[in-house]
Amino acid sequence: MSALIQASHLHKIYRDNHAVNDVSIELHQGEILGLLGPNGAGKSSCLQMLCGVLAPSEGEIIINGSDLLDYPNKAKQSIGYLPDKPPLYPELTIDEYLNYAARLRRVKSSELSNLRQRAIECCGLEGYNTRLIGNLSKGYQQRVGIAQAIIHQPEIIVLDEPTVGLDPIQMIEIRKLILELGEQHGIILSTHILPEVQAVCNRVQIIHRGKSVFNKKMIELKKTRQVRLKLQQNIDIASINNLPSVESVTQTAKQATDNYYLLSGNNLHASLADISTQCVTNNWGLLELSPLENTLEQIFISLTAGDDKHADGNCNNEDHSDEKHNSEQAA
Amino acid sequence: MIFQIALRELRSLFLSPLAWIILGVIQGIMAWKFLGFIDYFFEIQADLIKIKDAPGVTDLVIAPLFDFSKILLLIICPLITMRLLSEERQSGSLKLLLSSPVSMTEIILGKYLGACSFFIIVILIIAIMPLSLLTSTDLDLGKIAAGMLGQLLTIAAFVSLGLYMSSLSDQPVNAAVGTFGLLILFFIINIAGNATTEGNNFFNYISITHHSIQMLRGIVNTADIAYFILFSLGFLLLSIRQLDSQRIQS
Repeated sequence: MSALIQASHLHKIYRDNHAVNDVSIELHQGEILGLLGPNGAGKSSCLQMLCGVLAPSEGEIIINGSDLLDYPNKAKQSIGYLPDKPPLYPELTIDEYLNYAARLRRVKSSELSNLRQRAIECCGLEGYNTRLIGNLSKGYQQRVGIAQAIIHQPEIIVLDEPTVGLDPIQMIEIRKLILELGEQHGIILSTHILPEVQAVCNRVQIIHRGKSVFNKKMIELKKTRQVRLKLQQNIDIASINNLPSVESVTQTAKQATDNYYLLSGNNLHASLADISTQCVTNNWGLLELSPLENTLEQIFISLTAGDDKHADGNCNNEDHSDEKHNSEQAA
Repeated sequence: MIFQIALRELRSLFLSPLAWIILGVIQGIMAWKFLGFIDYFFEIQADLIKIKDAPGVTDLVIAPLFDFSKILLLIICPLITMRLLSEERQSGSLKLLLSSPVSMTEIILGKYLGACSFFIIVILIIAIMPLSLLTSTDLDLGKIAAGMLGQLLTIAAFVSLGLYMSSLSDQPVNAAVGTFGLLILFFIINIAGNATTEGNNFFNYISITHHSIQMLRGIVNTADIAYFILFSLGFLLLSIRQLDSQRIQS
């Protein structure tokens, strides 16, 4: 099956800033890809390039089989895009605005009212049809933004921080909507909210300082790669290493009754039951066998915090000196 | 697609009070001016009878009225065109257009037609008053038609310049001031042509006034029409290029 989006080796260079540096993005049918990254990592630039709002300095983008550069109209036809700030006209009503958005995407007049009604129902905007967009709350404006992106039933939906500025209940509703849409469309969403990615995405790509530093499926992420083993007896490392799927072992603590071992292996998640059976049959005195899950947060922090630490430390120092200064003044 | 963008532009204009206020103010000023010209005509009517081939109502009322209305058009043009692209860029709604299957040319032409349609309404409203004289006297309809063609070509040029200025700036006010400055320059540059003997032709040739004044006298010159078409096309092409290059650099 060919990919919905095949963007390879994208670069975006602003005057003196290499904002996106060799990022490749792929999206398949039925996939919800979460684009993660700290502020200013280049997420929005990436998405804007995919939607044709920005032209990449280098690289190739193929949308649903057509090259964005050679056949922009055909490629853009299969994209629905919600920018970081919903592209609304406050003086129009929701109906007028959605009609306009649909006509821009070359929706036939005969299908217009049906598709509009669907988008309105999808985004929970029933009964607001004739309200002016400028009078709506931020959350509802965001919904209109999403409705605009899905009205022409595109194969690909690109959402740039869709839940920003929403209250927790609206956030849950939007996530539910994204999950529903993800069944029939391919979705890319960018965010810096980690639980959001864990809740809706089935693949994660982390972008840091313009580079793609991580790209894995959520299922792989959830696989256990490390297990903590607590035994009554002190067993030598070599025999523990013989347990199924174990690739390396380190002994973390050694006491008379509690011996902790950290087992690592790429396929450990499948062999947990076997490991426990063997420990019992060998009579090692199995006390604890706990899989350690790799949380997204750990990965994210370990990948993105690296060289920012120094700067953060400086900031903190400054804060402290400020506080000191203040307290001195107060005294 | 061009039509859809133009329609949205026109609708948004009339949903804001700005368009209505402009129409109202123009009508008020023009009515006052119209009355002034009519008064003047009655004053000198007795003397006119003595002259052979004397100028008629069309020359003494309608032509000066159209000529005066150009100054008003010059003042309101930046107010209408400043928003065209810069406001959309500022509010982020330009991204809707850029991510839709429409070309830069279609976006620019749509915006251009939208703003031009508003000014066509303005011209028609201005023309209704003098045309009301038809009920009581004979008018030179050919001359009026030529004058209105001149008005139409003038606003076509004004709007293209305003659109280009709007494509340059994120701030509508900057676009308005820029448009205003350049329009005045093109409007009065023929004064420089009149003042000097050398380069006379050049300054006259690039002046909007020089090319539009003939049509008020009923003379429709191909060179004048070509000037306005080239002027508008030039700034439209510049706007398209500007919009495209912003997508590449930004």
